[in-house]
Amino acid sequence: MVALTASQRAEDLAAAGPDLLRVMLRIRHFEESLYRLFMSGNMPGTMHQAIGQEAVAAGVGLALRPDDLMTSTHRGHGHAIAKGLPLTSLMAELFGRSTGSSGGFGGSLHIFDLERGFLGSTGIVGAGVPIAVGAALTAKLGGSDRVVATFFGDGAANQGAVHEALNLAAIWQLPVVFVCENNRYAVSMPFARAFAVEHVADRAAGYGMPGLTIDGNDALVVLDAARTAVARARAGEGPTLIECDTYRYKGHSRFEPAKYRPDGELEMWMNRDPIDRLRAELLTGSVLPAERLDAIQQDVEHEVAAAIEYARSSPMADPAVAMAMAFTTRGRSCRD
Amino acid sequence: MPGLTMSAAINQALREEMRRDARVLILGQDVGRFGGAFLVTRGLIDEFGEERVRDMPISEAAIIGCAVGAAMMGWRPVAEMQYSDFVASGFDQIANQAAKIHLMSGGKAKVPLVLRLPIGAIEHGAQHDQCPEAWFLHTPGLKVAIPSTPADARGLLKTAVRDEHPVVFCEHKALYGTKSVGGRSGDEPIAQAEASPDELDQDGGLIPFGVADIKRAGADVTVVATALMVHRALEAAEQLAADGISIEVVDPRTLVPLDLDTILGSVEKTGRAVVVTEDARTGGSGAEIAALISEEGFSSLDHPVIRLGGADVPLPFSGPVQQALLPSVADIVHACERTVRS
Repeated sequence: MVALTASQRAEDLAAAGPDLLRVMLRIRHFEESLYRLFMSGNMPGTMHQAIGQEAVAAGVGLALRPDDLMTSTHRGHGHAIAKGLPLTSLMAELFGRSTGSSGGFGGSLHIFDLERGFLGSTGIVGAGVPIAVGAALTAKLGGSDRVVATFFGDGAANQGAVHEALNLAAIWQLPVVFVCENNRYAVSMPFARAFAVEHVADRAAGYGMPGLTIDGNDALVVLDAARTAVARARAGEGPTLIECDTYRYKGHSRFEPAKYRPDGELEMWMNRDPIDRLRAELLTGSVLPAERLDAIQQDVEHEVAAAIEYARSSPMADPAVAMAMAFTTRGRSCRD
Repeated sequence: MPGLTMSAAINQALREEMRRDARVLILGQDVGRFGGAFLVTRGLIDEFGEERVRDMPISEAAIIGCAVGAAMMGWRPVAEMQYSDFVASGFDQIANQAAKIHLMSGGKAKVPLVLRLPIGAIEHGAQHDQCPEAWFLHTPGLKVAIPSTPADARGLLKTAVRDEHPVVFCEHKALYGTKSVGGRSGDEPIAQAEASPDELDQDGGLIPFGVADIKRAGADVTVVATALMVHRALEAAEQLAADGISIEVVDPRTLVPLDLDTILGSVEKTGRAVVVTEDARTGGSGAEIAALISEEGFSSLDHPVIRLGGADVPLPFSGPVQQALLPSVADIVHACERTVRS
């Protein structure tokens, strides 16, 4: 585990703590609102929630420049929010509305926003990782100093495509930050049954890149590790693998109850809640008074409520727009 | 393009497009100094360097995935599989990522990559000799080109590189050494393209997608064929001409989009259709063409459409056994005769 020095921590807390808290609260409240909408039958499709994992997205997101790039996973709402996607277009996308980030054709698993450098979440575990490496290749070839952060879970770490991509980034010394969100379960498969090594980051040595395992529920630690890796990548020194130990509070998807987890495990992780910890530290460190913290919470609640209202009042996606993307035979549609 | 093999024609198309557009990259195994498994990229590294002609590890998912990421950033990657069969190791990246990202992003993201696939039976065996074009035909979001001549290969590949959507480019291995229609010679030297910069600014020879080519005009039977089967159809047409049967050979050149108008126009004229492809018959590319002719050209038909294709078994390696399981010139002759005489 990598830790911050006390003085560095105090400095980061004052400078970045309020921003990190705001992003984490935005993700938490967005996700919890979705859960309620889903439970009440008011949300179409499927979804995979990142409640409990907010510090990873927030820390990495804040370490990036707006023109840097990101690829995400199936559990990608938090990543998209941390990359700066407006809650309105994100929420509208989940509702299948034409004002959504993908015009209502992508849904929860397929969030894209190229203008904000968000190259997509994906329904295929690990698939975003080689795509991130390709984007990083063009950054290097094009002479830009843009960096690509790519998220993947502990489950994806066992995908062949992820292995291939890690190796490629290392042999070509590409500006990629590989962020493994180790939330302990690949759907129901516990980490210890899927890995013969103690940490995903142990594998970094096999690729010839630095690897570290950090407390992924400590936003300041994530920010610090991500900044170091981003600076390395930007300086042309190659990729880094950061494994963030974290935990998802909900099941794998939708209503899945996560009964495969031992009693008390969820409670143990909730006692290490990333938002509670940062909030407490901001208070005890006298960075923000309680009323300011409450005001951030209220701002976020208003933002999410406005996003839901925006989504619900937007028109549904139009099938004709999807059909117009078909490659037609000469003179006629493939369906006619 | 007199004198050029299909290998050389593809090489020339790549060279021209790389000179025209600095964002064109070549990605694949052994594509650099080695020149590619079939020597198609030979010499390109000398002109464009190892940054743009990138040798990659044996990592099909990373080769195609890297092309997807580069394409999303506005570059024009041309990725090569050593054999089309190997695309199965990277299938997710072409079928689930490249094909779907445009739609999944609401039309905002584009993935202008080309995936070159050497297809076809050349006595290598079941895992090196497939014609997998139907895998991609059946995956909305991909375009599929399948040239049969050097000129078509050059013109279609240049169009593919410039297309803003992913293109699967099927190159029949038995045609790589072909100097001209119908000939076959595996040991032809790869001619180096010597086009001047002025010539390269021109778009001469570009072939649009979705435009079939009538390789031989005729009046009695329409034979729709792709890749190597175009050449067998032409040979069959030559034999049938001696018997007074006139064959029209239509080469769609691209399966997606498909030039159905030209195919139906030919069938309207002849009243008979034989579809010949090398891929496995069940659910193959020929099945789709035969279905479309039956569906949309039924009133023109004097005989049911006949579909010739590869046998529905994995392909054994040895030449005589392979060829017994694939459409032959005699099979095409016989099928055409059936449509005329039965």
